[in-house]
Amino acid sequence: MSLTVKNVIEWMNNFSSKIEQNKQFLSDLDTAIGDGDHGFNMSRGMTAVSQKLSTEPKTITDAFKQIAMTLISTVGGASGPLYGTAFLEMAKKSSTSSDIGDLLDAALTGIKKRGGAEPGDKTMVDVWTVLVSEVKTNTLTQEKIDSAVAATKDLVAKKGRASYLGERSKGHVDPGSQSSGYLFKALLETEGIL
Amino acid sequence: MKKIINDPANVVPEMVEGMVRSYPQYIVRVKDTEAVMRADKDSMAGKVGIVSGGGSGHEPTHAGFVGKGILSAAVCGQVFTSPTPDQIYEAIKAVNQGQGVFLVIKNYSGDVMNFDMAKDMADMDDIKVKSIVVDDDIAVENSTFTQGRRGVAGTLFMHKILGAMAQNGASLDEIDATAKKVLPNIKTIAVALSAATNPETGKPGFVLKDNEIEYGVGIHSEPGYRREQIKPAKDLVTELVGKLNDEMHLDQDKKYAVLVNGMGATPLMEQYIFSNDLLNKLAEFNVKPAFMKVGNYMTSLDMAGISLTIFELADDKWLEYLNQPVETIAW
Repeated sequence: MSLTVKNVIEWMNNFSSKIEQNKQFLSDLDTAIGDGDHGFNMSRGMTAVSQKLSTEPKTITDAFKQIAMTLISTVGGASGPLYGTAFLEMAKKSSTSSDIGDLLDAALTGIKKRGGAEPGDKTMVDVWTVLVSEVKTNTLTQEKIDSAVAATKDLVAKKGRASYLGERSKGHVDPGSQSSGYLFKALLETEGIL
Repeated sequence: MKKIINDPANVVPEMVEGMVRSYPQYIVRVKDTEAVMRADKDSMAGKVGIVSGGGSGHEPTHAGFVGKGILSAAVCGQVFTSPTPDQIYEAIKAVNQGQGVFLVIKNYSGDVMNFDMAKDMADMDDIKVKSIVVDDDIAVENSTFTQGRRGVAGTLFMHKILGAMAQNGASLDEIDATAKKVLPNIKTIAVALSAATNPETGKPGFVLKDNEIEYGVGIHSEPGYRREQIKPAKDLVTELVGKLNDEMHLDQDKKYAVLVNGMGATPLMEQYIFSNDLLNKLAEFNVKPAFMKVGNYMTSLDMAGISLTIFELADDKWLEYLNQPVETIAW
């Protein structure tokens, strides 16, 4: 199985519709421990990505680059640079590898570098760390995605706005982890990549 | 939600358009962006550019402080959301006069990341860029286990000091050095009576009971350190000055600048009552501010409340910079 321009577009369109369906839910999660706009920001970004990709990029590298630049220029907040950096790193890696595991690995390294977060800080890094390994061993399932997202609930936030809450951030799922869960769910549902 | 808007999705572009059209003598839009820059381009010739910005909803910050003697440009993000790197980069390019550009960033993870990415982009273009991250909100414990302290109303003093220096012809390195010296001398603390309602979400950031207040709230409804029943203005002053004094140890032999800042929905009448009590309280420390401002400078949409900033003027020049005339909408 391998990446093609066609299945990357399918993956992104699926991610975009999951974000659209859940934008209020994502914003509600963000209201609890952040500033309440995660769903709206991601929805604005992914709508723009779907539009951009409708012009059919020529290569996978171009596709990831377009996704990255669109997210960087439309999302804002912390999610824009973090998701943008993830796809930019995937674009870079895609010139030497078409293995989705390698690409996601590069993306995770980029996210950690940009945001300075480590596993356990209650950020998207938690979900990515677990799920990138699952992708690499070809063992990604819906249950594993759900449990990786749910696991952020009991963590205390150490990065971003949620960190101001300290202990009070416990008991809430991290919104960036939830949206990352949709990205991996969309990946799982896209035929031919995994 | 009851607001004077058209479409919640268009509040930022429509606001920016309203500002530049109402005040063409001070600001113009940077082409194809939500950033504004000085209309008086001659005043920037040969000088370091000072660029700030952040989420919208804090008006008159940041665009209201663009003009001769203060900011060169301001980048307006979505409501309470950092502007994107491409927009910041366009603003940097627009004001760069070959002397470099200095960025004033407030300490939020989004702002820091987006401004950093813009800095990377400018580096690739060989534009010299330096920056300071303002973190004056003492409500947050300064800890490596959190994002650290937030940038709030005290940022205004940073804008004014650096803007005056740039206007007087200071170099990028001199501005950078002063910014670092100024930073630890600015401290702010707030009290909120009610939260802001973001036009995009339509919901208040938090809910307080009718008779309840919260100390230490941030400018995007970030949680504070204590809730209790509303008290007379002089008791609020006692709490806020007490917090600031714990941090900076008010000293009758030192000079201070003070900013009493309305959060958006607090009448000036209440701000002046607070200021009157504040001056009485400071007199107990034998402190008389060398510089003072009262009004709505760093708001949080329709949040009700006040923030108090005390800035220790550790260098006599800083007072001159604060008093230097500017041509801008809101100083």
